[in-house]
Amino acid sequence: MSFPWARQYEPKNAVTKFLDEKLPLPRLVYNAVGAGYPVPRNLSYFWNFGVLAGFFLVVQIVTGVVLAMHYAANAQVAFATTEHIMRDVNWGWLMRYAHANGASFFFIVVYLHIFRGLFYSSYKAPREMIWLLGVVIFLLMMATAFMGYVLPWGQMSFWGAKVITGLFGAIPLVGEPIQIWLLGGFAPDNAALNRFFSLHFLLPFVIAGVVILHIWALHIPGSSNPTGVEVKSESDTVPFHPYYTAKDGFGLGIALLAYFALVFFLPNALGHPDNYIEANPLSTPAHIVPEWYFWPFYAILRAFTVDFILPAKLWGVIAMFASILLWFFLPWLDKSPVRSGHYRPLFRKFFWFGLIPAMIVLFICGGAPAEEPYVMLSQIATAYYFIHFLVILPIISSVEKPEELPYSITEAVLGSDKKMVKGENAEPAV
Amino acid sequence: MADTTATANPEDGVRRRDFLDIAAVSAAGIGGLAVVYPLVTQMAPSKDVLAASSTEVDVSGIEPGQAIKAVFRKQPLFVKRLTPEEIAAAQRDDNAGLRDPQTLAERTKEGHGDILVTMGVCTHLGCVPLGAAEGEVKGEYGGYFCPCHGSHYDTAGRIRKGPAPTNLEVPEYEFTSETVIQVG
Repeated sequence: MSFPWARQYEPKNAVTKFLDEKLPLPRLVYNAVGAGYPVPRNLSYFWNFGVLAGFFLVVQIVTGVVLAMHYAANAQVAFATTEHIMRDVNWGWLMRYAHANGASFFFIVVYLHIFRGLFYSSYKAPREMIWLLGVVIFLLMMATAFMGYVLPWGQMSFWGAKVITGLFGAIPLVGEPIQIWLLGGFAPDNAALNRFFSLHFLLPFVIAGVVILHIWALHIPGSSNPTGVEVKSESDTVPFHPYYTAKDGFGLGIALLAYFALVFFLPNALGHPDNYIEANPLSTPAHIVPEWYFWPFYAILRAFTVDFILPAKLWGVIAMFASILLWFFLPWLDKSPVRSGHYRPLFRKFFWFGLIPAMIVLFICGGAPAEEPYVMLSQIATAYYFIHFLVILPIISSVEKPEELPYSITEAVLGSDKKMVKGENAEPAV
Repeated sequence: MADTTATANPEDGVRRRDFLDIAAVSAAGIGGLAVVYPLVTQMAPSKDVLAASSTEVDVSGIEPGQAIKAVFRKQPLFVKRLTPEEIAAAQRDDNAGLRDPQTLAERTKEGHGDILVTMGVCTHLGCVPLGAAEGEVKGEYGGYFCPCHGSHYDTAGRIRKGPAPTNLEVPEYEFTSETVIQVG
């Protein structure tokens, strides 16, 4: 679906005419990301991260398939084949570092993508489905990244596998059988490594499938924009191509500079040195931490230290899963009719001085040892995190007095669009 | 409606055809479950993993205050000989309002009150607690300390502080002689 002023695809030569009658694939592309897809004219650089996330998904799939040609998922040799990739395989070091740091960049751009959505309430009607599918993608990403990190079979790999499958062991009654089923044994071993390899290969293609649904759902109402005001007329939009293909291309250039600076000059900066020690089932490293992109959720898991009706262990597991699952309810927790945080003074304060500092504290505490003051700090931040979404957001959305919104996107950009609107379709198109 | 076995008016009573619907869908459902079951259970431990062995450990070489790590079912097993001070500390806390109440005597074998045999698996999320090897941190209660999420165990391997819900598991074992234990 698109706005009525969207340009129409016109096949020009015999080949495209033939195709358009039998399998209109070029038409689909033209309408999805070509000149046939009108997009709000005022998108800021915060709207680049969707394309960047898609790009890093492709990077991960391509380098991942390459690495799978040289890696062996067997506890005896997994660590050695990883080193074989680094030393012997042509460009193997580049492929491995590109894949490992690609995961970090995938999460960096996805976190920016998510917090863009949180600030501009991109989850609000009519875009709930886009948001829900996005949360599904995020959960799949975390599962995929976790299983990928197990494959080199270093110390962090092994103990990460033990702890994360142990999370399921916290479920009453069925927990331990589930953990044993997941591992295929009583501790991580060959069986676990082998199946994690299989699933780590499978899940990215599931992610790609959900990404297609995510983009499809986006293209029904079209992109949101920094004002949160819906598109009203043709002057509010520009065609996706060439305007946003060029802008996204520029953003991609910047992202690639940062990415390759890391891959070439600091390839191990975001990794953990203990994963260069082969897995030892008899000794846990003194300070084990997950990969940095899991730190906030790891801090929530560790914040529960006191039994209260349920054991502390189960509380931690419930809270960690709930911290993400509650995003599924976000479109219905935030009832304010105003989308953009720009026009919501109260929301803006709690976002910048509440949620963001809480996330930073959780991030720092998740990477720190389980000692004071980090335990107490993560308890406070965890409490704020849940209160923010479950209490503060519903309350401010009903008591807040929003600032005056611009009449249209064009007005927000050019000051006034009264003349331009004249004679054009002034009704919202969708 | 030439067939007359079903009632002429579909609104009164159940037709035999409705039963056919249910039967067909049920058969397909059972068939579906029969497909899903092996696809799910193939992930459960295979026969070679289940062929769990027992382990023999010689405890004669362990000095008081020392612990050794053995392997039992691919998981670490701590065998520790307690010092008199550690035994005293454990007995003093036998009634100290423990999270998972157990006395030291319940956690050791009669006549071998100084030999503490536990799994080296934190009951929280499965890391190996520190404290068995020389020079490792023993935690606030002088027993074991799990570095993953900060659980502290006392000299009897009982949970005293942190997120772990239960004491370090004491596996089934017995003394086959004065100096050898058989685990499992």
